[in-house]
Amino acid sequence: MGRYLIGRLGQSIIVLFLVSLIGFMILNLAPGGPLSQFALTPGMSQADIQRIAAQMGLDRPLIIQYFDWLGRLLVGDWGDSFRDGRPVLEIIIEHLWATLLLMGTSMAVSIVIGIGVGIAGAVRRYSVFDYLATVGAMVALSIPTFWFGLVAIYLFALQLDWLPAGSMTTIGDGSVVDYLRHLILPTLVLSLVNVAIWSRYMRASTLEVLDQDFVRTARAKGLSRYRVLVHHIVRNALLPMITLAGLQLPTILGGALVAETVFTWPGMGRLFLDSIGYSDYPVVMGILMLSAIFVLLGNLLADLLVAITDPRVRLA
Amino acid sequence: MTLSHPPALAVRDLCVTFQRNGCETRVIHDIDFEIAAGETLALVGESGSGKSVTSMALMRLLGRQSRAAVTGQVALHAATEREPIDLLQIDDARMRQLRGRRIAMIFQEPLTALNPVHRVGDQIAEVVRFHSGSPRRQARAQALALLEQVGIPEPSSRLDSYPHELSGGMRQRVVIAMALAMEPDVLIADEPTTALDVTVQAQILTLLKTLQRDTGMAMLFITHDFGVVSEVADRVAVMYAGRIVEEGDVEAVLARPLMPYTAGLLASVPRLERAGLPGERLATIAGRVPDPASLPAGCSFQPRCTFAVPGTCDSAVPALASLKAGRRVRCTRAHELIPAEELSPCPQTS
Amino acid sequence: MTTMTAAGDAAHTRHHWWQHRTLSRFLRHRLAATGLAIILMLTLACLLGPHLLPYDELTVDLRARFSPPLTQDHYLGTDPLGRDIAARLLMAGRISLLVGFSVMLISTVFGTLIGVVAGYFRGWVGSVLMRIVDAFLAFPSIFLVLVLSAFVEPSPFMITVIIALTCWMEIARIVEAEILSLRERDFTIAARLSGASARWIMFRELVPNAMGPIIVAATLTIANAILLEAYISFLGYGIQPPLPSWGNMLNSAQQYLADAPWLAIVPGITITLAVSSFNFIGDGLRDALDSRSNLP
Repeated sequence: MGRYLIGRLGQSIIVLFLVSLIGFMILNLAPGGPLSQFALTPGMSQADIQRIAAQMGLDRPLIIQYFDWLGRLLVGDWGDSFRDGRPVLEIIIEHLWATLLLMGTSMAVSIVIGIGVGIAGAVRRYSVFDYLATVGAMVALSIPTFWFGLVAIYLFALQLDWLPAGSMTTIGDGSVVDYLRHLILPTLVLSLVNVAIWSRYMRASTLEVLDQDFVRTARAKGLSRYRVLVHHIVRNALLPMITLAGLQLPTILGGALVAETVFTWPGMGRLFLDSIGYSDYPVVMGILMLSAIFVLLGNLLADLLVAITDPRVRLA
Repeated sequence: MTLSHPPALAVRDLCVTFQRNGCETRVIHDIDFEIAAGETLALVGESGSGKSVTSMALMRLLGRQSRAAVTGQVALHAATEREPIDLLQIDDARMRQLRGRRIAMIFQEPLTALNPVHRVGDQIAEVVRFHSGSPRRQARAQALALLEQVGIPEPSSRLDSYPHELSGGMRQRVVIAMALAMEPDVLIADEPTTALDVTVQAQILTLLKTLQRDTGMAMLFITHDFGVVSEVADRVAVMYAGRIVEEGDVEAVLARPLMPYTAGLLASVPRLERAGLPGERLATIAGRVPDPASLPAGCSFQPRCTFAVPGTCDSAVPALASLKAGRRVRCTRAHELIPAEELSPCPQTS
Repeated sequence: MTTMTAAGDAAHTRHHWWQHRTLSRFLRHRLAATGLAIILMLTLACLLGPHLLPYDELTVDLRARFSPPLTQDHYLGTDPLGRDIAARLLMAGRISLLVGFSVMLISTVFGTLIGVVAGYFRGWVGSVLMRIVDAFLAFPSIFLVLVLSAFVEPSPFMITVIIALTCWMEIARIVEAEILSLRERDFTIAARLSGASARWIMFRELVPNAMGPIIVAATLTIANAILLEAYISFLGYGIQPPLPSWGNMLNSAQQYLADAPWLAIVPGITITLAVSSFNFIGDGLRDALDSRSNLP
């Protein structure tokens, strides 16, 4: 297990380095580069900008600038927001937990439903349920998430008036119930795609396990259908799901961004979009880098979990 | 062989029909045989002859997915029961109680027959706990005893091994331990040694024979290898295209096969010099096992048979004629191909 | 010359992905066939429709603002500026479908190139290339697309390039995996032994044999690209008005959701229809080209 994890860790570090290179390239792609904030400031001449550039070391070769930027990134100095001058990391962390709440709720909901649907579809393969679930998942993957959000708002907030149309709390109401009511629609919208993804993967994974000899052995032992399903089939079919969960993180994170923008959910996605609107590039870059790091960490965690749960990897 | 008490397993008119794309294909035709307690019947045939489907049908393990219709009688006479139980008549819950307890099965591929994510001890204990409801610790102790019984060295440390940590032979021993956990009355062994090395093969066969002597279970041994048959079986039934074509005591069949197909199979086994029939030409059997969906007219073996007579062999399926000493053969020309004294009374056919 | 002949002979043994059986299997996949029919009709409607409608997509008619569908000749109603939604929808379809196809072309060519090179050379070249793929995959594609489209002048061409930049990795991965297994097959070894050049082997031997998975991935890329375009245009960073796209038609929809829901419903359903059609086609192709697939 040790060697396996060290290998994966090494790979992740290389990927992280490449991620930082891509990030730096994007940063320099911004109109005016890292200096763009001053370009917008009235009363600043070209000479002023050049002086600041020299002060910030932007007249140095790109490669030196890159390592300088990377060094500051590593020690947690992610720059200050153009908007209010506060440290980028501080602002992001402020918004992070709202995103994690939304993502966590949606993940929990969609894993439970998606895996259930996937197993049921595989066990009753080619049944009407299986057919509907498969087609339904395809359509769910095809619905634009933001548009589904609009439809949900129209139906449940505007027409039926059951749930709030957006944001995270009603002003002046801090109750848990109020939080939950605000959480329902974004979770529903974000989960649509996730349930579809999970159910499709789980169905395929279960079908693969169903065909295997040890399932026949388990039946020949006289075990109950439930025990064969849970203890032997599902237990094995879940293993590849862990890796998939890691690989699906960017999609889930992207979905959260979309849901947040439609429902004005005060998370990282909303902050990201606002910051783009204000040309607040340090924050934009910060979120971009943080989400990539988050994804890589998620993948590493998935590898670790696989190593723990799969005895064949544990000893490799 | 005394048949004073009823056989442990008696199969009558077993038919299996698969439904695919709306049309029905019968793959198993009126199989019948009996196995007494302590006896081993080998079911022999090429791949595709229906041996494995037969064994799965007996265990009622042909899944709903394959849309198999199984008819006939499978009477299991457990030592603990007064009356035989027809496995095809009882409900699923009752069947599950018997499966793994009174009738057990071991499989061809020990590599894949064990669940890769559970420890072998747990997989064995699972049978014990499920069928006798013993507490965890007791089941574990029993699993340990079983591992010892099937000859696994250092059984207490192997208890916590995962299947991939064991060799093929060890894995097959674990599978056997699992099958024998409840001391079943009938054990179905579906090519249990095919996937193993020759030396390991011999060890496993010896183990099975020893265990059979100790427990007195009846064994249905499925194989395509006559070499294995001669080592383990008391009687042998040869299958071809879903039918039993010949049956008899191992020595008798090996010494003098009555059905040209059996002779052909025997001739293709190099270590048996005597193949009986004037069939030295049949070193290999030309052609292949027919597709169950389009069996040839008459005797299924007729297109490949060097003795086939047009107009006779391709008109009707020959009956399985009973001869003396429990010998049965399905061939219209049997009376020509074998000496008259072999074809003794028993006009009863099935 | 001998080289060419030997390699050519080896090529004869290659598995042809497009066979009659494949076609019939694809057509038997009813949803895929339906999807194909919908895409063909939609494309045809987008090409011809605008000429047949009584309004064009840019004519502002403030007296007819917010007409619900089926008022007079506005079959699908009008938008906040009184423009005919049917006309806008079809003109937008031209843009959105064009973006989808172009993204597919660019990212398929680029992704295949990376994947083939990585798979053929393996070693450190392959490692570096695949780690770059991993690095791009670590960014949620929507984040990347949004940042880049905010940084550049959002012309349809640039939008296409930007979306393509976030869509090629999946294809590169698929191609690399495929090439890794193909390069050990007899026909590749035969070609290599006969002295065929690396380029010949890669693009005449390996790529044609990996065509099945590439085509499936390419089809799914169109679906993905249409969704991405719709989203960034909805946010105002994609295709810029007055040029209509399915995404920017939804731009003002949230604002008028209570009073004019058709503003949201019409383009949304069209996008869903187009994207699911491409997804179903991709799924049908997967079934047709790969018999191992588990989908019904």
